[in-house]
Amino acid sequence: MSGISRRRFLAASIAGCAATTLAVPKKALASGAFSGYPDSMGVLVDLSRCIGCRSCEAACNEEQNLPAPALPFNDKSVFDQTFHGGTQKRRTDENAYTVVNRYNPEGSEPVYRKFQCNHCAEPACLSSCFVNAYTKTPEGAVIYNKNVCVGCRTCMVACPFHVPAYSYSSAFDPAIKKCIFCHETRLKNGLPPACVDICPQEALTFGKRKDLIKIANQRIQTNPGRYINHIYGENELGGTSWMYLSPVPFEEVGFDPNPGNEPIISHVKDFLSTVPMVLAIWPALFVGFHLLAKKQDGHDHDAEKQHEEEGAE
Amino acid sequence: MKHLLEYGIEPVDSHVNQKTDKSWSIKDKLLLGLTPGQYLGQALRNPFNWILAIILAVGLPLIAYRYFYGLGVVTHSSNDYPWGLFLGFGLFCMVPLSASGFMLGTAVEIFGRHDFEPIERLALLNGLLGYFFAVVYLLVDLGQPWRLPYPMFVSFGPAAVLFLVAWHVATYLSVQVAEVSVAFFEWIGWLGGKRFIRRIAVGLTVSGIILSTLHQGALGALFNYAPGKIHPLWYSAPFQWIHFFVSAIPAGLCMVIVVSTIIKKTMAWRCDENYLDNLDRCTLGLAKGASLALITYLVIKFIGVAHDNEWAYLATGWGAWFLLEMAIGVVLPIILFAYAVRHQVVKVARWGAAITVFGIVLNRLNTALITFNWQLYQEIPHLFEVIIAVTLFAIYVIVYRFLLYRLPILYSWKEQTEVAFSTEPVSASPTRTIPSQAYNMSRNID
Repeated sequence: MSGISRRRFLAASIAGCAATTLAVPKKALASGAFSGYPDSMGVLVDLSRCIGCRSCEAACNEEQNLPAPALPFNDKSVFDQTFHGGTQKRRTDENAYTVVNRYNPEGSEPVYRKFQCNHCAEPACLSSCFVNAYTKTPEGAVIYNKNVCVGCRTCMVACPFHVPAYSYSSAFDPAIKKCIFCHETRLKNGLPPACVDICPQEALTFGKRKDLIKIANQRIQTNPGRYINHIYGENELGGTSWMYLSPVPFEEVGFDPNPGNEPIISHVKDFLSTVPMVLAIWPALFVGFHLLAKKQDGHDHDAEKQHEEEGAE
Repeated sequence: MKHLLEYGIEPVDSHVNQKTDKSWSIKDKLLLGLTPGQYLGQALRNPFNWILAIILAVGLPLIAYRYFYGLGVVTHSSNDYPWGLFLGFGLFCMVPLSASGFMLGTAVEIFGRHDFEPIERLALLNGLLGYFFAVVYLLVDLGQPWRLPYPMFVSFGPAAVLFLVAWHVATYLSVQVAEVSVAFFEWIGWLGGKRFIRRIAVGLTVSGIILSTLHQGALGALFNYAPGKIHPLWYSAPFQWIHFFVSAIPAGLCMVIVVSTIIKKTMAWRCDENYLDNLDRCTLGLAKGASLALITYLVIKFIGVAHDNEWAYLATGWGAWFLLEMAIGVVLPIILFAYAVRHQVVKVARWGAAITVFGIVLNRLNTALITFNWQLYQEIPHLFEVIIAVTLFAIYVIVYRFLLYRLPILYSWKEQTEVAFSTEPVSASPTRTIPSQAYNMSRNID
């Protein structure tokens, strides 16, 4: 009886050790906080300057070789489009990596809000991806490698901004579609993305992220009453490369007013850190239960040979 | 099959045909000892097969349609709702309903509760098939299903919860294949393989517990990526994985009760006395276990509400829905189980189990689909999506039944005793008279 049990115990221990070794990198990669590359670039979007000309949408479409839209980019009627029973405005999709929407806050002129991937310092899409298809580049872009993507779409579930879109229409080559900060064609070479380049209103400012925060604070201070005293994206969800200044409260122009300052990964870290503990403790715990149950079994039914045979195996 | 039994035909349950004293061939075993004509005849007489055939006739072309024209044509999955029924039902519901394998494995192998042995194999098979079909659902849902092995071999994202799920489901599937293979080895008559598995049974069971704890929990932790998208009553940052893990326990146990009941009603010819005589007792035992887990689940669900101070939400429409889910899916079964165990009424326990299964499915659908994006808008699955999900479930039922008809899951395989006992070091006691004797002894050889 004891011989077999010992052998089983050893087998279980070896399995446990192997599993624990596998678990180590999980924890190592999950721990520690990352607040962004020091010299990463960003864009400051000043909603008070945007006039809704949609030239950024057009520039993006051209730069990324996206198909022509149903309505031309100078058609302002798109601002009146709503979806899903009038609850939703236009959003980014596989054919549009950025969209501008119009909002009509009470007691204010219409405010236009450009939207695209915000290029988080610690992106939810990246941390949720089980094949590591996403990369946060030192320049600040969050880029995506379609060659390893399995199409599980967890990144879309994870993104707190609802940014990544998927080409559901493609059967053989579907992929995640989202703004990549013009990384390949421009950002890598130190150039601003196409949308920033074309903006006639200087609503978009390209620069080092840390400089943009200074600029934004300056604008808030030198123009009292023009802005809400908040830079959206400075701290939200661990900080984003794209940040926003708004003349009206952010929730009135389609932002989640209270997403928290923790990056999404911090919601998952607690669970990830229990993983190596379960892997390490469970084998001994349950083999221990097994041995305890067996001993008792043998003792209790000592008189009954039958049961001992059953326990002895 | 019932008709054939009346004519004195007995299904294969050993290597040797008792009447002719000849060994059954694999073909005989596959056809349950019937001639091809008899087999086809009984299959065609069964009206349930016709229902299955209709489902497949509609569903299989739709699955082909999905592979040639993309997910977009058969689902309402969208950029806001990346996951639809295939994952919402197929992955998030099938996996907890398959927790039976590790639960019964633990009870029998670790705690030595051999009184649950009559249903242990059924629980293991239920686990294996549930996981396998969760993967099948996944293969229909993934954008590029042919890249399923990528997280194992090509590109690694080890800090992602889904990476854990992928690895654990894959390894746990192998563990379950090994556990169930005992029955397969008996069926093909390879005792060496069976002995080997029996020898590593404790190791397999313990790794089963580890992997189950982690990936049942990991499925919950997947939603930790979307803290703002799921309604707060269904989302609990610190406890989400524990909620999923704990609720998987009654789900798995009750699924075994439900399946074993269906088996008793529809394929009693395939069950031996050991199964039929012990089923009521085992059912009440499972019901006891399930009610303990359900009470725990109820408490930790409300601890979750209290921890995040979400009481105010209970007064809203979503809160009513949450309370309804708790009342029907958790409280009602607890009451039914309590009554059933106290008064030894198996029928009530069976109803309780069916309601529990419904409650857990509702909980997973609520989390993954219904309350997902509660601040945006509600999405209703595409008709084709529903049909494909039903079709895959029908295939699951077909495979399940195919294996139950053949492998010694519900009955014990009659071994040729000389072979079986040649390696037995301890002599078997002749005093044991319960019908499971041969079964138990053959399982204890290692």
